[in-house]
Amino acid sequence: MTLSVKERRNKTGTVLVVTGEINSETSGSLLQSLLPLVREGRPLRIDLTAVTYVSSAGLRTLLVVYREAQHAGVAVTLHGVSEEVRFVMSATGFLDFFETGEAAAAARKPAVR
Amino acid sequence: MSESRSEQVLRVDAYPTHEVSGYGVRAGKPFPFGANVVPGGVNFSVFSDQATSMSLVLFKRGAPEPMAELDFPQEFRTGSVFSMTVFGLDHENIEYGYRADGPFDPVTGHRFDARQILSDPYARLISGRDVWGVEPDRDRAYQYRSRVCLQDFDWGDDTPLQIPATDLVVYETHVRGFTRHPSSGVTAPGTFAGLREKIPYLKELGVNCIELLPVFEFDESDNPRSNPETGEKLFDYWGYNTVSFFAPKAGYAATGRYGMQGDEFRTLIKDLHAAGIEVILDVVFNHTAEGNEFGPTISFKGLDNATYYMLTPEGYYFNFSGTGNTVNCNHPVVRNYVLDCLRHWVADYHIDGFRFDLAAILGRDLDGTPLPNPPLLELLAYDPVLRHTKLIAEAWDAGGLYEVGNFPAYGRWAEWNGKYRDTVRSFLKGDPGVTGELATRIAGSPDLYAGRGTAASVNFLTAHDGFTLADLVSYNEKHNEANGEYNNDGGNDNASWNCGAEGPTDDPEVNALRLRQMKNALAILFTSQGIPMLLAGDEVGRTQQGNNNTYCQDNELSWFDWNQVDDNAELLRFARQLIAFRKHHRELRSTAHPTGQVRDHVGLPDISWHGERAWQPDWSPDSRLLAVARCGPADDDVVYVAMNAHWEPHDLELPALPGHRSWHLFADTGATAPHDIRSPGGEAELENSGKYLIGPRSVVILVGRAPDPETS
Repeated sequence: MTLSVKERRNKTGTVLVVTGEINSETSGSLLQSLLPLVREGRPLRIDLTAVTYVSSAGLRTLLVVYREAQHAGVAVTLHGVSEEVRFVMSATGFLDFFETGEAAAAARKPAVR
Repeated sequence: MSESRSEQVLRVDAYPTHEVSGYGVRAGKPFPFGANVVPGGVNFSVFSDQATSMSLVLFKRGAPEPMAELDFPQEFRTGSVFSMTVFGLDHENIEYGYRADGPFDPVTGHRFDARQILSDPYARLISGRDVWGVEPDRDRAYQYRSRVCLQDFDWGDDTPLQIPATDLVVYETHVRGFTRHPSSGVTAPGTFAGLREKIPYLKELGVNCIELLPVFEFDESDNPRSNPETGEKLFDYWGYNTVSFFAPKAGYAATGRYGMQGDEFRTLIKDLHAAGIEVILDVVFNHTAEGNEFGPTISFKGLDNATYYMLTPEGYYFNFSGTGNTVNCNHPVVRNYVLDCLRHWVADYHIDGFRFDLAAILGRDLDGTPLPNPPLLELLAYDPVLRHTKLIAEAWDAGGLYEVGNFPAYGRWAEWNGKYRDTVRSFLKGDPGVTGELATRIAGSPDLYAGRGTAASVNFLTAHDGFTLADLVSYNEKHNEANGEYNNDGGNDNASWNCGAEGPTDDPEVNALRLRQMKNALAILFTSQGIPMLLAGDEVGRTQQGNNNTYCQDNELSWFDWNQVDDNAELLRFARQLIAFRKHHRELRSTAHPTGQVRDHVGLPDISWHGERAWQPDWSPDSRLLAVARCGPADDDVVYVAMNAHWEPHDLELPALPGHRSWHLFADTGATAPHDIRSPGGEAELENSGKYLIGPRSVVILVGRAPDPETS
């Protein structure tokens, strides 16, 4: 299984669409894609809709990105997290670090009203 | 700033110096043992004193055959330690093991067999039993496969709770059994993640410490028998047959199939700590899953049998554990192994304490002789990393060594107080001649633990071994036929009483008495000095249908049925209020044994014994009534507990209270709910503060305090 990333920019930030598996074989290249985007300082949205599996190394990669972003004052959100990936992230304690699309949407509702 | 963060320290040892079997390698570091990620590679280190050669065997994860075998060059050996750094490995996707060659000479204890691939004693993850209950392929080479594990979990603000020992309320539970029943409603039943979802229940119950049955990797399928009545497969359900001491059980993790059991367990511990709950592990160093000379070779046997196991002069295995082998715990190398293991669980998993199974074995010499000053127990007591952990001994073994009260404590060790259990059970069912010993147990067993304080005594009535509380009051005999051992397994001396009918009954009087007896038991447990331990599910009347040894039952005999939380809400409420009461009253949790010294602020002694007449306990053999009053060191309330195991009521004369105090009723197990118990501080003032009528087979708890302002 391989991994591919597509970058899309809009006025409010950058969207990185990830496809495939994030594991020890692919996490290095994902990190190479993500860290420069964090350093740009624009809000970063990582779309995981097409991610089928995140291994232990993959979770650590995401957390490293989060730490770098936190240090740089950059907002990072995850979108499209599948039920299985969400459960794994929750069970292993990684979910607490991230803002996910659903939570962000829920947070926006009061403002709309 | 970000540029400086990405700079890396240059290291000359990040590069290979040799090539072995196509892999870049260099001489490794003997410490630490195990497989540790280092710059560029993985450092492998393993002990074997008598091996003539050692090979590292590498598998692609899940592959049937190895992808490489790397012989350790002789120059990579330091003393008895073989160590090698291997470069370019994808550590997440490999499994590893060792082949050790050497003498096969059982009389001298050596059992080397280079055909076997051996698990690393220090492996922090094991693959092979990744999903509970899945029937393994027993023909597959290398059943329990060592894996590399990073030690980089983000603990955030987590830190040891260091709850004072006498403030603990311990809850003994099984990781799987606690949530496996469908009624638990958790996302992943029977797992660390499932238990984590039940933290609100534990918090509400009021316990502040969970003691987990073994969570080190074991093989649940390692039981060849089936239930003779149903044909259902039997398991090694409890987990006392350890396969790997440094690795959490993958089958207890919802993410075990991904190899994430370590992080899942750590996440559970972190959240328990956030809820104010400590974690104690039941640890089993007395034996391993390798059995005797007919058992499998998994790790110790093939690496250095003569060092790791206690052997007879003829090379057979001593069997003080009752399971086939006995680990040679006071051998210096094994001693260090045990220490390394506990340090690992404290440093890497933030574990708060350990309960040592058959701990008397840890006090035996290499030839089995009990030692007056066992080096291992002393080592653990004084170790700086373990300094603030709880150390609890099951102070007996299968070889007949019984050390309750005599266990070498070094100022640190507590003990499961089997005498407390036996005495309270005996009293509850109305045996004659027990009141004197009951008084001693309630006072924290000063006869056993003089000079050690009340924290030396873990008071319990039930545990995983033996009847549940509901079964204790429902069965005279054990009913273990389902275990396939013709009811020969499990203890015969249970001091239980079925209240008039064996097993389930429609008789309302029997059922009412059973409920009352359970309340009586809990009331005595939570008002005794020492550390109370509650068996999970007893607060809701969990039953094992009279089976007192469900070690092999992965079914409703063992699982917590969450329907009972509603069905037995009365008992649950009673337990919850008792625990809250204990937290409310320091005098029940004092660290020193009571002396009878008068408390100046109230003019009553710290402890006093009473009978039907105040200040006149009846110690005669036919008395089944005992009352105790306690005063705390400051301006605390007075707590009076009357225990009546007699089948007749008794008119109690209450001791006079000085000053503005009067007696208030906290609990009366003879009363119908909700009047059986109040909330702490919400006690009802007695109309007549000089006496109280205690019903048959009942416990009454009174509080001597100032009346509530509204009624004064």
